[in-house]
Amino acid sequence: METILEFLVAAFLVTAGIFGIVGSYGLIKLNDQMSRLHAPTKATTLGVGGVLLASMLHAAAFEKYFSYHELMITLFLFLTAPITANFIAKVHIHRQETRDTMPEAGGDDHWATHDTPEDEERRSASQTPPAED
Amino acid sequence: MIEAAATFAFACFALAMLMNLWKVVTAPDVADRILALDTMFINAIALMVLYGMALGTEIFFEAAMIIAMLGFVSTVAYARFILRGNIIE
Amino acid sequence: MKLIWRLFPHPLLTLLLTLTWLLMVNRWSLNSLVFGFMLGVIIPFVTQPFWPNRPNLRRPLKIAEYILVVLLDIVQANIIVARIVLFKPNADRRPNWITIPLELKTPEAITALAGTITMTPGTLSADVSDEGHALLVHCLDAPNPDAVRDEIKQRYERRLMEIFE
Repeated sequence: METILEFLVAAFLVTAGIFGIVGSYGLIKLNDQMSRLHAPTKATTLGVGGVLLASMLHAAAFEKYFSYHELMITLFLFLTAPITANFIAKVHIHRQETRDTMPEAGGDDHWATHDTPEDEERRSASQTPPAED
Repeated sequence: MIEAAATFAFACFALAMLMNLWKVVTAPDVADRILALDTMFINAIALMVLYGMALGTEIFFEAAMIIAMLGFVSTVAYARFILRGNIIE
Repeated sequence: MKLIWRLFPHPLLTLLLTLTWLLMVNRWSLNSLVFGFMLGVIIPFVTQPFWPNRPNLRRPLKIAEYILVVLLDIVQANIIVARIVLFKPNADRRPNWITIPLELKTPEAITALAGTITMTPGTLSADVSDEGHALLVHCLDAPNPDAVRDEIKQRYERRLMEIFE
């Protein structure tokens, strides 16, 4: 039993290390800016997740107490990783792309990052103001 | 066995942080620099938790939590500053 | 009944805050449960003006299923992305933008979909269109963009439709 648990903790740690380093390696290796965003956001969530799981398991198996606050960090990272990725993607669109270099925005005119105050005025002028309730 | 695995993980995350530092210095554009800093924060959390585990204390958990929160807020603040020229409007 | 709604404007938030407090304390005791519950009652009550409407969540079983599907996909996504990063030369990779027309209407549902897309294989949501009718997604390696779009619509958007609308 002891050996199996030890093996599990070790396996979690090794996978976490590998994913962590792959994420940072991708940051250097990939050649265009949007692709570079993919590697860290994905690989590091599992990297840190593995370390946290290993830590929980280690505490439960060898130090004889249950420690579940690692779940907080894992949940926090899983919730915030998409948001930071989205913001960095928006920075890229804002600095490197124009309305013409972007793909068609479905049925609408353009993407939200390229919105200007004039667009907003035009939109609010064409719509009837929402009813007060 | 756990000690060997922990050493391996330490080495991986330390190397990852060095790579991020390299990217922060040589990045061609601001977006890359923000991304590298954000990845550095995440690797720092992993190192912190690993260190706490190696020493068998819980004290580093709070530090890791605060780094996670600061990392998120500062990344969003940087990105927002570049997008709008202002953080709180 | 009305009084209960007034005292607990956001029951889900109350539950979440209580759970968060218990996780922070990291030791189970009745004491911390009571204190966490107190925080869970007071914080939603005081911050009520910031949360005008309540997300309309139905079918808890569907939510559990969705979370499980996404968690499995995250693990798979990590392996796929790691393989692309390590073994695929940059010249062979086909990064691509794709546009996903949205059927979801509520902001909560669109946020959930965007978050899911970012965490799953080789895709990353970047922007939403001007009036919220389409989502811009970047693919790390997509020789066939239409297939990726159909899979996202089939796998995630359909499930979110059932949960939120």
